[in-house]
Amino acid sequence: MSIKQLTVFVENKQGAVIPITEILSENNINIRALSIAETEDFGILRLIVNDVDAAEKMLKEAGYLIKVTDVVGVKIGDAPGKLTEALKVLSENKINLEYLYAFMARTERHAYVVLRVEDNDLAMKALTTSGFHIITEADVDKL
Amino acid sequence: MSQNYYQKEIETMSREEMKKLQSEKLVKQVKHVYENVPYYKNLMDEKGVKPEDIKGIDDLHKLPFLSKADLRDAYPYGLLAKPLEDCVRIHSTSGTTGRRVVAFYTQNDVDLWEDCCARAIVAAGGSNKDVCQVAYGYGLFTGGAGLHGGSHKVGCLTLPMSSGNTDRQIQFMEDLKATILCCTPSYAAYIGESLKEQGYKPEDIPLKAGIFGAEPWTEEMRRGIEETLGIKAYDIYGLTETSGPGVAFECSEQTGMHVNEDHFYAEIIDPDTGEVLPEGSKGELVFTALDKEAFPLLRYRTRDICVLTRKECSCGRTLVKMAKPMGRTDDMLIIRGVNVFPSQIETVLLKEGYEPNYQIVVDRVNNNDTFEVNVEMTPEKFTDKVSDILSMEKSLANAMKIMLGINPTVHLVAPKSIARSEGKAVRVVDKRKLI
Repeated sequence: MSIKQLTVFVENKQGAVIPITEILSENNINIRALSIAETEDFGILRLIVNDVDAAEKMLKEAGYLIKVTDVVGVKIGDAPGKLTEALKVLSENKINLEYLYAFMARTERHAYVVLRVEDNDLAMKALTTSGFHIITEADVDKL
Repeated sequence: MSQNYYQKEIETMSREEMKKLQSEKLVKQVKHVYENVPYYKNLMDEKGVKPEDIKGIDDLHKLPFLSKADLRDAYPYGLLAKPLEDCVRIHSTSGTTGRRVVAFYTQNDVDLWEDCCARAIVAAGGSNKDVCQVAYGYGLFTGGAGLHGGSHKVGCLTLPMSSGNTDRQIQFMEDLKATILCCTPSYAAYIGESLKEQGYKPEDIPLKAGIFGAEPWTEEMRRGIEETLGIKAYDIYGLTETSGPGVAFECSEQTGMHVNEDHFYAEIIDPDTGEVLPEGSKGELVFTALDKEAFPLLRYRTRDICVLTRKECSCGRTLVKMAKPMGRTDDMLIIRGVNVFPSQIETVLLKEGYEPNYQIVVDRVNNNDTFEVNVEMTPEKFTDKVSDILSMEKSLANAMKIMLGINPTVHLVAPKSIARSEGKAVRVVDKRKLI
């Protein structure tokens, strides 16, 4: 099962991310992973949080442009070469990767990768078949 | 400097004779329009003015105005005063159906327009010994055709270059010894910079004069162009509604433009009341085409803010002089020589599924206009993929280019990030210092 990613449109100006993280912390929402893609004009902040629905609601109320997207979270061993293995699975199955970012869990000695692909089901099936563990919303909560 | 004139008799005519000529033409013109343009006849009837009430130029103020809105209502044939079989040409501005001006010309109309441009070329020192490089755009735009025709009338060797391809412009300029350059002032400045970059000095090219118009430019810009190209730079004014460039032109004095008032009678009015203002007052410039046949606009409100003067000119011309336009009474922008209305941007946004929340930012960098449009992103369009958003910007810019004829840079910005004053968004930020 895929996990939910929160995407926020961020103005390209100093301190623009601060109010967003403030809103999340004020509402006791924990950020598990994040990445920012920036262009000359704007930034796109992508977040994996422990409570997507609450985060979406709060940020929308604050006037932010929000989009919730299904992405694939995959657990990989915390060792050199593990990410390559996972990416090779996608490549061999001709699955185009839009972007990815990684994070570590507090508790286990594992790394996690968030993958944005065209077809989540196809990616999850290919990765599972190759022995990778796909994380769920419930997993995100426990990380 | 000795003065040459293309039509000396007209250009140096006494005030009384000119008034007589204008009066005769106006009486005939009003009759022609009343009989052939039902749209204008209705306006006159509504105002209770009959052709017989117009006995001379002093009665002009009795006639109703025409505005851009009338051109929109009457598009495309409603203001046509001649059968199409008598017309030989159209020219047009860019823009949507409603904003686009389509003007019709008989052969006589083309001739008188070309005469006007010829007067401008001769006033800039041109003669049949000159090589005239026309680097205005050719096509529906009036710039290329007008100066091209004028150049022929003067007997110059005409180089019909059209705009763009600067390296080729420079090559022709050098190889074929162009002496007069006609283009927009920003393009002249660009050619000047390119020459400099390529290691040319002003004395390496034989250019002596330039006739530059179709967009606002400053005295600083004039000095810059004169220096880099080693020429005298002359201003020229016109609009598609009246025919094109050549409605007014600069002489050796370079202190305003002589209006070809035997063809185009100029008035300055109070834009709010419509009242005619005395000489020297600042107000809206209004033109009456005195002898155009196919598209004879009477009392057409240009929306340009301007001043007219009849002070004696050292060039010997007696034609009334207009200052450089000092602004607009509407929200029209002139960007890279192209007329842009904010409402056109709005139309594109609505068509492409965006909210009409936008801001136009215009600036002039290295003598060239920059044109940026900030558009607020919508929740429906927002995506997590950067590449998608960049291609949205590109396709919006493309849609605007199709609408306007010039290419903006589009930036998608956060909702509500466009500056609002008193609740109303500031639609246009023009950073150019043109006045």
